[in-house]
Amino acid sequence: MKAGMKLHIKNGHLIDPANGIDGKNDLYIADGKVLAVGSAPAGFTADQTIDASGLIVSPGFVDLSARLREPGYEYKATLESEMQAAMQGGVTSLICPPDTDPVLDEPGLVEMLKHRAKTLNQANVHPLGALTVGLKGQALTEMAELTEAGCIGFAQAEEPIEDTNVLLRAMQYAKTFNYTVWLRPQDAHIGRGGIAASGPLASRLGLSGVPVMSETIALHTIFELMRATGARVHLCRMSSAAGLELVRIAKKEGLPVTCDVGAHHIHLTDADIGFFDSNARVTPPFRSQRDRDAIRLGLLDGTIDALCSDHTPVDDDEKLLPFGEASPGATGLELLLSLALKWADDYAATQDTGSVRPLARALARITSDAARVAGLDAGTLSVGAAADVCLFDPEARWTVEASALASQGKHTPFLGYNLAGQVRATIVAGHVAFQRS
Amino acid sequence: MLNPQLNKHGELQHLLSIEGLPKSIVNHILDTASSFVGISDRDVKKVPLMRGKSVFNLFFENSTRTRTTFEIASKRLSADVINLNIQASSASKGESLLDTIDNLSAMHADMFVVRHAQSGAPYLIAKHLHDTKQPHVHVVNAGDGRHAHPTQGLLDMYTIRHYKKDFTNLTVAIVGDILHSRVARSDIHALTTLGVPEVRAIGPHTLLPGGLEQMGVRTFTNMEEGLKGVDVIIMLRLQNERMSGALLPSAQEYFKSYGLTPERLALAKPDAIVMHPGPMNRGVEIDSAVADGPQAVILPQVTFGIAVRMAVMSIVAGTQG
Repeated sequence: MKAGMKLHIKNGHLIDPANGIDGKNDLYIADGKVLAVGSAPAGFTADQTIDASGLIVSPGFVDLSARLREPGYEYKATLESEMQAAMQGGVTSLICPPDTDPVLDEPGLVEMLKHRAKTLNQANVHPLGALTVGLKGQALTEMAELTEAGCIGFAQAEEPIEDTNVLLRAMQYAKTFNYTVWLRPQDAHIGRGGIAASGPLASRLGLSGVPVMSETIALHTIFELMRATGARVHLCRMSSAAGLELVRIAKKEGLPVTCDVGAHHIHLTDADIGFFDSNARVTPPFRSQRDRDAIRLGLLDGTIDALCSDHTPVDDDEKLLPFGEASPGATGLELLLSLALKWADDYAATQDTGSVRPLARALARITSDAARVAGLDAGTLSVGAAADVCLFDPEARWTVEASALASQGKHTPFLGYNLAGQVRATIVAGHVAFQRS
Repeated sequence: MLNPQLNKHGELQHLLSIEGLPKSIVNHILDTASSFVGISDRDVKKVPLMRGKSVFNLFFENSTRTRTTFEIASKRLSADVINLNIQASSASKGESLLDTIDNLSAMHADMFVVRHAQSGAPYLIAKHLHDTKQPHVHVVNAGDGRHAHPTQGLLDMYTIRHYKKDFTNLTVAIVGDILHSRVARSDIHALTTLGVPEVRAIGPHTLLPGGLEQMGVRTFTNMEEGLKGVDVIIMLRLQNERMSGALLPSAQEYFKSYGLTPERLALAKPDAIVMHPGPMNRGVEIDSAVADGPQAVILPQVTFGIAVRMAVMSIVAGTQG
């Protein structure tokens, strides 16, 4: 945006979870930052005014896991298509896992990705560097160099470290510089090659299973290593009730741990595989209703810190295959808001959420809480914060279908669902990057 | 979700799994099969029910026995049968599974008999035929991964009915590698559909999948206890690759604990029958004295298999009422 450009968003219902604001408030933006909330500062004259009557004005969403597929998998998605999807989904900050091709284990690759993203001038892209070279679980990456290049943390994506000693060293090294280690808790051996949650459904359909203990054994190891090293860990994509119980205990103990869950997992269970629907092939796999209910509760009581889209675009050639051969993953950027709202409506509204409305609680999990987990100065409309804003209509309904999605990934288990919540405008650093007429 | 095997009139459009099939359809298949059993004894072993129809045997996984029985069944129904062995997995072969199907559909296939290493592959094909509006093309599952082998399940039911007449007073034990067995899963669904009051699964914990109880099965890890008083014993083949490793220490030790010997057979009812889907590993899961003994009905199973597959194909193709 032009320097000095002033934007006035009027008549909207502003929700800023970080500051406990949930009410009718105008928003004043200047120089890409929030200038004031409520009444206009003296002498403010807007260059552009947006009427947000009937809309929620929220901080732009912070997504803790979005695969943009660059570099290496441009046939599945490109930065252009996925950044457009982010804008349509109201997502203004993206955290990208390092499982690209090549893997994000060198500063040059990270700089290139950041540069490519910057020229598109849409969402802010924050890569996670690989924790080990090539994600192979053997040699540590140059974490300090990678941080300088723009990495906000270090992850193994879907590759568990087999050698526990390497994980110990990686956590010790990360702790030296106070970097956060992002790990999806999964044992390297138990459940390897599994394609569905172990249980009656997997047994019945003859699908090889991933037992809950794959998650819990990994958690026990991670927590023990945290006690030994003091490293801060963010646990990605929790999937089980038993795993969440361990997280609850670890948090009570005071371990510096946070965790997230993918937006699909707060709604679906293994039963949604139906007759081998490969759109329901995701990692970690959907588990039982009991696990799903524990996830919903965990998101409410704060055991789960944040909700992410776990956006993983997969093309037709890799999805229209027998269940076990299909690539795991679902498109998510454009569903994140609707799925968060669905949680607020279907679940949080039936529980005691105290003084915070279910809607505000849902937004906190994809704005301020997610930003806190990632260590980002984002996800809030505090005066002086970057003016990353999402305007959405919480009542407007839309049908999930390929033509409605900007992402190159058209596969989602929610295909055909009619969902509430439609983004009307997305503002990044005070610049209107997307507007739906 | 609508059962993808049945059309909107509730008729069998494809045979993908026994699970979810109404008992009436299972019985109809068995009754139709009995009308075909005699055909094989005639001079002219053919009926013209599928004359002019093209059946494609699409085997993505190696099998001589099942493919041959489907081939014979097709020929006895006067269908034209084309065998395709596509050994490599569809993903690594270049052409995708659905491209293969589209190509063969363009050659006016009427029926695909599909064997595939991946559980659920025939469902993908059936869905694709539905999505591409080809309701006249039918799919018969000839074994998919660990999921189902419905024609084997049905021929097992035919065999049991032949020898035991009534299902509602039977105890049936399935012995061996339940974890990896599509035959076991199809048998379990068929037995519970037909009202068998007690279905048992016998094997070591490493070969018993979780959740069998929810399928209506009692599990036993002790062979002697599990065989006590049973009417039917279905032995499963132990694949070579499972015989040593993390699932089992050795074939010898397996035989010692779970091999069906005359002594163990004596624990079952005196008139119990012994079945095996073949091919057998003598001395691994079954003693030769039992396999060749008077209670074994393993060869009749093979004979009935032809009639059952004829029944399935003619019913699915809609040429049999």
